[in-house]
Amino acid sequence: MDFGFKLSPSSAVNLDTVDHARYDRLVQLEPDALTCIGCGSCSATCTAAPWSGMSVRKVILGLQRGRDEEVDRMLSRCMLCGKCTMVCPRGINTRHLILTLCRLDRKGEVVR
Amino acid sequence: MVNRNPVIAVIGAGIAGLEAARQLSALGYSPVLIEKAPAIGGHVAQWNRLFPDLGPAAELIDTLKKQTAKVSTLLSTEIASINRLKDGFNLVLSNGSSLLCQAVLFATGFQLFNAARKEEYGYGIYDRVITNRDLEAWFNTRQDRRVDHPKAVGFVHCVGSRDVKAGNTQCSKVCCITAIKQAIELKEEFPDAEVYCFYMDLRLFGKKYEDFYIKAQRDCGIHFIRGRVSEVGEAIDGRVVVKAEDTLNGKPVKVTLDLLVLMAGIVCNPDAQHYARQIGVSVDDDGFLKSRDNLAAIVESSRPGVFFAGACTGAKTIPETLAEARSAALAIHHYFNKRS
Repeated sequence: MDFGFKLSPSSAVNLDTVDHARYDRLVQLEPDALTCIGCGSCSATCTAAPWSGMSVRKVILGLQRGRDEEVDRMLSRCMLCGKCTMVCPRGINTRHLILTLCRLDRKGEVVR
Repeated sequence: MVNRNPVIAVIGAGIAGLEAARQLSALGYSPVLIEKAPAIGGHVAQWNRLFPDLGPAAELIDTLKKQTAKVSTLLSTEIASINRLKDGFNLVLSNGSSLLCQAVLFATGFQLFNAARKEEYGYGIYDRVITNRDLEAWFNTRQDRRVDHPKAVGFVHCVGSRDVKAGNTQCSKVCCITAIKQAIELKEEFPDAEVYCFYMDLRLFGKKYEDFYIKAQRDCGIHFIRGRVSEVGEAIDGRVVVKAEDTLNGKPVKVTLDLLVLMAGIVCNPDAQHYARQIGVSVDDDGFLKSRDNLAAIVESSRPGVFFAGACTGAKTIPETLAEARSAALAIHHYFNKRS
């Protein structure tokens, strides 16, 4: 039936329904992910970010907010240059973290 | 009877050492101030105006100097070694003499993080990059060719603080308010300049600090960008290009500046660590001296007769340091009362 209008899906994060499985698995494999303070050094120094929107900070946050599609889109654009690892003040091996995350499916299972 | 004769060595004649010596004298003791620099006053004597009331640093130092004029003070004197005796300590001094004392008070303060170690920020490489200390010196002397009517100025918070790679995971606590103070002062000096503060978190915890923040936003139009600077480069005209992420906006941000001020953080004075180890006083895992209890006995070490005051146990504000100095003097008084 056509009412002449449609409802947009809400873009709000509903923490009641967010599935943390992939993030939980990530922090098991990469415990340093827990120490991110979201300072943005990684995104600022990323050679791909201005064109691709890649941001390790947003990847780590996105996983905790159920933004899997955005996370996967960002991950697919990383060139693994490792510059983000050099600037992280918390010493997170961000490049390794990205590689680990690429091996996990959305349920947190290691698939590659 | 209170034993009024014990000798108390106060290491460092910065504000902590001076205030403690003043209080110990008032309690009837004869402290000996040992200072490696040729003048008293420590870091504070190098500064211009102090938050939160923007009073001159020289005024505080002059007051402390007058109040401690009668205290025995050894300037330009370093401690070659300290060792523990059965009932006190023996300090061998760089002037060749030795000092026997019954208590030691560490008022050794801090060191500013060496900003050149964060190579990506270009201190010592690019001409337009200075530190908080350089800027404070400029406020005093107006002589630094790097500060030349800037039209765009940036402040980088947390340089060498909260930084695992720099070996200093602590928040240096006073740089946020110092950056805002200096930003306001620069803006008043150069009203046409755009001023940017790049921060990770703003920690404005003290009395009147939040007022400074509001003043910086509302009256001075200082721009606050929530993102840590990742790298600094030099443009062809010698200005510096700063890159960060504006994390609130989620986009990379770039700005070209005439002057970049690095807020170098507070790290422990390595001399203090060196002396502490010689007499079996513990150094905490943050590099600062370890108190007997971080709540109830911050001015006491776990070694009898060894006391702390001020920034040797961690970053402190001036009122905190002065309060600790008084507290340490009282702790020393009780220590001798209990023994006699």
